[in-house]
Amino acid sequence: MKVTVLVRPRDGILDPQGEAVRRSLAGLGYPAAGVRAGKVFDLDVDADDAEGARRIADEIAGKVLSNPLIEQYQVEVAG
Amino acid sequence: MRVGVVSYPGACDDRDAMHAVALMGAEPVRLWHADPDLDGVDAVIIPGGFSYGDYLRPGALAALSPVMRGVRAHAAAGRPVLGICNGFQVLTEAGLVPGVLRPNASLKFRCHDVALAVERESPWLPGCSEGDELTIPMKHHDGCWFADAAQVAELEARGQVLLRYRENPNGSVGSIACVTNAEGNVAALMPHPEHAVEQLVGSTDGRVLLQGLLDLAGVPAPA
Repeated sequence: MKVTVLVRPRDGILDPQGEAVRRSLAGLGYPAAGVRAGKVFDLDVDADDAEGARRIADEIAGKVLSNPLIEQYQVEVAG
Repeated sequence: MRVGVVSYPGACDDRDAMHAVALMGAEPVRLWHADPDLDGVDAVIIPGGFSYGDYLRPGALAALSPVMRGVRAHAAAGRPVLGICNGFQVLTEAGLVPGVLRPNASLKFRCHDVALAVERESPWLPGCSEGDELTIPMKHHDGCWFADAAQVAELEARGQVLLRYRENPNGSVGSIACVTNAEGNVAALMPHPEHAVEQLVGSTDGRVLLQGLLDLAGVPAPA
């Protein structure tokens, strides 16, 4: 099953990459007051149903794909 | 006295670490990332570099490699482990030292000597007293050490902070440059003590930490 994991910097954590992009956007005149940079992982998970796929992806996301000290994640199972 | 130095794909300071170990009078032993067997070494160095291309997060994939099973067991037995630069990142990702290393606040790769203030007396810093200064080179892009305020307060109270940058080069919380685990047998820092062991290339202050590693492994200082 196709599962997407989104990993984002936690709120309040300095994100120098997002901040650098924000400064460049401001330089181009875009009205983007804030930018936070994260990562997207598209997983193909071997599971019987959506719940099973979510459980596996949740564990992978929490243990490997994100570092809980600085990142939060969100799991989306394709319908 | 045998000191294991882990080689990962993408490690680049393993040879310098082995050279430094030999200069200190111990026998360097190369450990391979895919082998969990540490070959009975007395101490372990996780060296600098860009293990697994720094993919995912620096140190994250190396922390999952087979050799870390051996390193975890070695650390759990109270034996000494020193993480340097990428090795610091590996040890944080493995949960063996606290915190995490993030991109430098400046987003610049910084490569220069840094002055480090000794925070406290420690077996890792033989002959040093609080307030002493060590000059050791650093070279990294992801050396901004971070932990939340509660964690930092706990580490400070327990005496797990060994060195601070005199001038913060990377945005590390509290200018913290070197931390240990709660038990004190695992230490890690971003600057490179193994690059500061011969007067020919500048400082020999790196010998202090390497001697600390050997002392903790139970071998007396060379005469």
